[in-house]
Amino acid sequence: MGDRDPPRSGLRPPPPKGGAAGGPAEPAPRRLLGEKGNAVVLLTGVRKAYNVGTAFETEVLHGIDLTVMHGEFCAVVGPSGSGKSTLLNIVGLLDRPTSGTVQVCGEQTTRLDDGALTRLRGHGIGFVFQYHHLITAFSALENVMMPMLGAEGFASDAMRSRAEALIESVGLTRWKDNGAGKLSGGQQQRVAIARALAMGPALLLADEPTGNLDTKSADEVFNLLRRFNSEHGTTVLFVTHNVAMSERCDRTIEVIDGKISGA
Amino acid sequence: MFQTWLPFEWIVAIRFLREGRLQTMFIVAGVALGVAVIVFMSALMTGLQMNFIRRVLSAQGHIQLLPPKEVTRPLRMGLHARPGELEAAIVQVPLQRLKSIDQWQAVAEQIRAMPEVLVVSPLAGGSALVVRGVASRAITVAGIDPGLYYRVVTLPDKIVTGHAELTGSDILVGTELAGDLGVGVGDKLRLTTVGGADTTLSIAGIFDLGNKGANQRSTFVALRTAQSLLALPGGVTSLDVTVRDVYAAEVVAQRITAATGVEADSWIETNAELFTAIAAQSTSNNAIRFFVGLSVAFGIASVLAVVVVQKSREIGILRAMGISQGQVMRVFLLQGGLLALAGSVAGSALGAGVLALWQRSARSADGTPLFALVLEPSLFVAALALATVTGLVAALAPARRAARLDPVVAIRG
Repeated sequence: MGDRDPPRSGLRPPPPKGGAAGGPAEPAPRRLLGEKGNAVVLLTGVRKAYNVGTAFETEVLHGIDLTVMHGEFCAVVGPSGSGKSTLLNIVGLLDRPTSGTVQVCGEQTTRLDDGALTRLRGHGIGFVFQYHHLITAFSALENVMMPMLGAEGFASDAMRSRAEALIESVGLTRWKDNGAGKLSGGQQQRVAIARALAMGPALLLADEPTGNLDTKSADEVFNLLRRFNSEHGTTVLFVTHNVAMSERCDRTIEVIDGKISGA
Repeated sequence: MFQTWLPFEWIVAIRFLREGRLQTMFIVAGVALGVAVIVFMSALMTGLQMNFIRRVLSAQGHIQLLPPKEVTRPLRMGLHARPGELEAAIVQVPLQRLKSIDQWQAVAEQIRAMPEVLVVSPLAGGSALVVRGVASRAITVAGIDPGLYYRVVTLPDKIVTGHAELTGSDILVGTELAGDLGVGVGDKLRLTTVGGADTTLSIAGIFDLGNKGANQRSTFVALRTAQSLLALPGGVTSLDVTVRDVYAAEVVAQRITAATGVEADSWIETNAELFTAIAAQSTSNNAIRFFVGLSVAFGIASVLAVVVVQKSREIGILRAMGISQGQVMRVFLLQGGLLALAGSVAGSALGAGVLALWQRSARSADGTPLFALVLEPSLFVAALALATVTGLVAALAPARRAARLDPVVAIRG
């Protein structure tokens, strides 16, 4: 392990508005999460085209139907340019489909405006990107606090306690006050995972989070995601090119030429 | 660590500014220079203008009421002419004899009742000859009520020897006249007028009006003394009026004329060229201020536009983690406002420093400051407020751009 503290479970839920620090570690009330057996992601006939109505119109997703159940850990695989990232962006409500319906965390999103989509994204979905994308102006701990701070408006002790617990659970307590830019690639990705889990999301979308890491760090990141999935029931969609990792997932969704094969 | 009393937007805005330290420093310095120029120029121009106006108004009222001029009324054409004949007439301009404002006490009361008016001071003025031994000089005699007149013209401040109090047998003379006649305080002077009146007065004080000609010609006596000397029993030749707002003098003068029927000339009208010069100076000052402000605004806007490009990936991430468009917009607006505020605080201090330095170095030959600079707190408050609003407005376009960034495109970079 070398550069990390021993991981620890026992995370508290995201801080309630105006909540005090050091409250009892009760299970998180899942505001947007369906119970086991419910669909967290439900896509029906999703198509996505770019440059619509022009001579350069290109359809990237061709009528995707996909159901991901609560607690599933799915690998999304496929060759480059097959539409994996577009699919993830649509599931993550960062992009809208050209046609079809998208239901996430029990919410039908087709008619939601940008504000409602932002709120749903903030409370229900966590993102981990290939290039970790931490905000370099903040420390590791502050990066983890950021989604909670954005949602609540003001920092609180409860927020800090939860961020510290998350940082501890990814084994980075010793580096929590380091600037985000001063951490190694693997450490940054672990901070990004802690940040993605800050709001206790029902769904975690990881777009090639290990693609830029050495084997050891990639393995640590994968194990972390797996642990959060099993301990907290967080549904994970994990885009990867690594066959060995995809085989360690509950299910593999293969995207080829904008269609899902073997879903 | 985050302060619990600072809102999210403030925390992010301050951190972004701190992270780009060098960039922030440069733009704050740019804003500071702009604000310093505005503060320095404004204080300098205001001081200069106030000095001009003070000098002009220290020797006259804001408004002067004068009796109507004598006019010639030619006989009606054809009064004595037979039908078909034309009558040629030579109209001679009448001589202007000294005369009093009709019913001046009632007029003064009427003006005094106006809310814009501060003081109404009667003056009986005319010309006379002052004689001492073989020397004589032509002078103007101004008969005044010291209690009122000194509130219009601060003559006691200009007394260099003696005092400004006037009894019926006292006279105040200028330094030049006193020098020409070789007299001092307590000496007697004989005054004669064209009308043959003659009186001997004692010099109570010698004044310096700051103008050689005025010091040679002007003299002041008590109102009653002048009235008897100039054969104007109970009369006055002008009423000097001071008003609350010197720049409103022309409007008040017109109102006085309309209300009393007496001709009223404001200092703006009698010093039209000076006033035009001041107005032109104000206009050019405003133009310079506007363009400096504009360059400050463009400076802030361009820096923030660069910051938006630099931070687009972070903005995308913030949007992905549930930060709303409004919050992103406020983060960038705040950066604009904070840059401008910091720059204007530094600029105000710099401007005040340069002004103090200027006041030290720019001195007249006798070592006194060329003119008093007025560092009014309102100037600094206005500069701060204006710069901050400019910063916010300048940040509007970059902030909107940041808020509207497509998170997918931003994250992909």
